[in-house]
Amino acid sequence: MPVVLDAGRIGRTLTRIAHEIVERSRGIDEIAFVGIQRRGVPLARRLATLVREITGTQVPVGALDITLYRDDLMRHSIGAQPVVGQTNITFSIDDKRILLVDDVLYTGRTIRAALDALLEFGRPKSIQLVVLVDRGHRELPIKADYVGKNLPTSLSQSVQVHLVEVDGEDEVEIQE
Amino acid sequence: MKKDLLGIDDLSADEIYRVLETARAMREIGERPIKKVPTLRGKTVVNLFYEPSTRTRTSFEIAEKRLSADTLNIAVAASSVLKGETLADTAMNIEAMSPDMIVVRHASSGACHLLSRICRSRIINAGDGLHEHPTQALLDAFTIQQHKPDLAGLKVAIVGDLLHSRVLRSNVLLLTKLGARVFVSGPPTLVPRGIEQLGVTVSARIEEAVQDADVVMMLRIQQERMQGGFFPSLREYFTLFGLTEARIRLAKPDVIVMHPGPMNRGVEIASEVADGPYSVILEQVANGVAVRMAVLYLLAGGVEHETAA
Repeated sequence: MPVVLDAGRIGRTLTRIAHEIVERSRGIDEIAFVGIQRRGVPLARRLATLVREITGTQVPVGALDITLYRDDLMRHSIGAQPVVGQTNITFSIDDKRILLVDDVLYTGRTIRAALDALLEFGRPKSIQLVVLVDRGHRELPIKADYVGKNLPTSLSQSVQVHLVEVDGEDEVEIQE
Repeated sequence: MKKDLLGIDDLSADEIYRVLETARAMREIGERPIKKVPTLRGKTVVNLFYEPSTRTRTSFEIAEKRLSADTLNIAVAASSVLKGETLADTAMNIEAMSPDMIVVRHASSGACHLLSRICRSRIINAGDGLHEHPTQALLDAFTIQQHKPDLAGLKVAIVGDLLHSRVLRSNVLLLTKLGARVFVSGPPTLVPRGIEQLGVTVSARIEEAVQDADVVMMLRIQQERMQGGFFPSLREYFTLFGLTEARIRLAKPDVIVMHPGPMNRGVEIASEVADGPYSVILEQVANGVAVRMAVLYLLAGGVEHETAA
């Protein structure tokens, strides 16, 4: 199980992304983070904390669960339904510049579902995508705006992101 | 989950917790500006109601629509039942139009079990005779959980017409599965014989049941199911078993008062209590939609321990 990012690298990567976001966003008051359940949510919170340390502004953070928007629901005739997580967006997304945050970008199907889910909440000025790892193999025309690490993988591999808030440790590893 | 939801009897504690957890996510959808998710797009749900129902049928229909299912309602008065068709024939005819789920309310206990055997569609019991009303018990548990997160060890008093109540049976099965202590009380003529075997304590007086209770659940006097006199008068019933302000003060200070509806004010519950600060009766109705969305979602998936056709 090769570890591709350790805790230190993950921390430095997020700090770098936070600086890029601050650099590229004209009005920091306009932006808001929305993390995709589960591991996108703690990543969004960490980025908001880093942005506050840089700019002094607390940016709102929401959580989005995309289970009910998946395109593969009901397509499998065997097996229980996936667990539905909490969606919690307490601010209006209208006219905000939304930064959608997830841990791994792979086929792009999760992001497609997240875009559909998010647009039910209003009409943001823009939506940009932040991912910790981009492992390639897109099946939809979707591209990330901020990438922690590009990680070329084969289809037989899987990328596991562990975060302190969910798994007790920070680590990204590739499994065969 | 199994193919159908026929009763709480078939559910394990884990499955009950799964429904409650899913309902928590579903509740949030009802608070959005656009209260709809595409989850059951293209699925057809038939609401087959052989008994009058406003709350339950409306609740199911809203739940189905919020999940984007196509719904249709068949009410007994407008159907071929009046022309002499049997339940099984009606079901097979509906089945021939291949719906995905059928929500059934029927006056006979076990009607859903009959449909479950002859239909490939998923069957959801919305109340069968004196037997079970599983989604009501699930929404009651969900409502309790929002006020008292751990159901284990809670004292729950259920008072009223125990004999004619499917809500009682489903609630007792569910609450005991989750470790609550259930006390029941009602006039001796309305207490079914052998009810202790369900693991409840029977109190002859309402005061005993309500004493130090965390939850008080009142059951409706079902006059439409009563042939003959079970008690002398409604007034006397209220005097002996009605939930009054004085009686609710015997319970814990943070008690919640529940009623599955429709309420008979001044019969089983005083208006001051029904509209008072302890009452969560309207929360129950609101939660009903979320819980039914959870049940519809969970049943729409694959069947565990069963190979696909």
